Amino acid sequence: MSASGETLCVEIHLPLARFQLDCKFEAGREVAVLFGPSGAGKTSVLDCIAGFRRPQRGRIALGSQILFSSRDGSDLPVRRRRIGYLSQQPALFPHLSVRQNVGYGLLDLSHAERNARVDSILERFRIAPLADSRPALISGGEQQRVALARTLACEPELLLLDEPLTALDLTLKALFLELLFDWQRERAVPMLYVTHEQDEAYSLARRVLVMQEGRIVADGEPHQIFSAPVSRERAVLSGYENIFDAVVEETHAALGTMTCRLEGTALRLESPLANKVAGASVCLALRAGDILVAISRPSGISARNVLSGRIRSIEDRSGMVELRVLCGAAGGVDAEFCSHITRGALQNLSLQLGQEVWLIIKTHSIQFLRN
Amino acid sequence: MISPLLLSLKLALVTSCLLFVIGMPIACWLAFTRFRLRFLVEAVVALPIVLPPTVLGFYLLLEFGSRGWMGAFWERCTGHTLAFSFEGLVLGSVVYSLPFAVQPFTSALASVDRRLLAASASLGASRWRTFWRITFPLALPGVVTGFALSFAHTLGEFGVVLMLGGNIAGRTQTASIAIYDNVQMLEYRAAARQSLTLLAISFTLLVIINALNRKRNWRLQ
Repeated sequence: MSASGETLCVEIHLPLARFQLDCKFEAGREVAVLFGPSGAGKTSVLDCIAGFRRPQRGRIALGSQILFSSRDGSDLPVRRRRIGYLSQQPALFPHLSVRQNVGYGLLDLSHAERNARVDSILERFRIAPLADSRPALISGGEQQRVALARTLACEPELLLLDEPLTALDLTLKALFLELLFDWQRERAVPMLYVTHEQDEAYSLARRVLVMQEGRIVADGEPHQIFSAPVSRERAVLSGYENIFDAVVEETHAALGTMTCRLEGTALRLESPLANKVAGASVCLALRAGDILVAISRPSGISARNVLSGRIRSIEDRSGMVELRVLCGAAGGVDAEFCSHITRGALQNLSLQLGQEVWLIIKTHSIQFLRN
Repeated sequence: MISPLLLSLKLALVTSCLLFVIGMPIACWLAFTRFRLRFLVEAVVALPIVLPPTVLGFYLLLEFGSRGWMGAFWERCTGHTLAFSFEGLVLGSVVYSLPFAVQPFTSALASVDRRLLAASASLGASRWRTFWRITFPLALPGVVTGFALSFAHTLGEFGVVLMLGGNIAGRTQTASIAIYDNVQMLEYRAAARQSLTLLAISFTLLVIINALNRKRNWRLQ
């Protein structure tokens, strides 16, 4: 494909029910994740790019081809955009076989060429044995793979994916992603992947665009986005379960740290040095997964923060256990910390409600938020 | 001389074929338009359901007669009147049975999952291809139902045919009118035979349609 690997330029202005969609970004031959909570306008952005929705104002171009431009009134119909679109629902044609579904977009090929292409795609996406089945007879994971094969068979010049993994379980997700990324590496076409799952965003993309209420509020590599939240909202979004207001008590320039007291308590935490003076108020954020739990006071470890507390609640979430621990120091009220541990750890330590535990927090796992 | 029963079947077949051709575009428009006054068009299409057939027949008679513009136009083109002719009956039946074709067509087309249509477009298919490869096959049970209903409804029509056709044996005397005639002349045996035939045809038709749709649904699941 001559046009593959071209840059996607998007500028969209469109009033939605709850807010105005105003976003502008570019994406090259890379996997970019459009990340944000449900209802942030991510799907509307994809719909505008694919041509299912018309922006009120703006310009969408793929390389030199203008897909939409409100200035000169151009609006390329969906079928001419050469964009692959995959959503949560596979939307397979129920009256056509898997083979017919996959070959649906291959119109300009001769019968023999089309058959050959479909065969190789069926093989590649590991759905060859299902070729003559109807979609209703195959599993959800297979359906989504057929949908992917059907989309990629057309050799799209841009790929839009709207939470395509939502309905799949873990092993099927892995297979799906492997097939998808092999293809993306080969063709080097831009790919825009919408998700509200942080883990997915983290593992998929070299670039993450964070969307909130119709705007792109951050744009960068995943570790920049997810390890250095700037606003409280983004911190919550990025999985920082522990957020505390605190006051700087002492700075230790030589050690590169400072001591902060959590507001309203007598608890002190050692945090990385920030550009603050004693007495300044700061906002600290901690990922629940970064807090270790011990059943006896640990000694001889490098972590600078060891807090004792009592388990207030134990809640089994999918894949992990969420502990809430009340920590206090003499002469103050308690602060509640949230820690994520594995089910194995829970069994091994045989943790009980009300049990005394120690929380271990590395200095550099503490992040500052904008207050 | 064509027998009343054959005439009825011919009329029903021609009418339902015409209704397929005329009704499909109307149904497509009704199913997919975002036009705000759509409901007005729907009301016009549904009118023959509530109107007494004699009222409909009366208006059509005026229109199809030599003084109506359609009738006059027809006479100029063909040399004979539209009223009291088979062609007149066909046109009248098309109007009379229109809702019985258009309504099932419309609901079948509207119930096709829009995501499939979106998928088809994003795979590069034109509207025409999307319609014939996706929309139409998936709406087929409703289309068949509409075809069968307009066939059966035309087969049984009485008032419009009487007003418009005038009961001319061999030309415009359909089965339902022949039955009425026979009863008037106390020919109960002939009326019973004709009634039973009509009953059997209608019943068989409905059974076949249901069986076909059922088999299809089973294959899609």
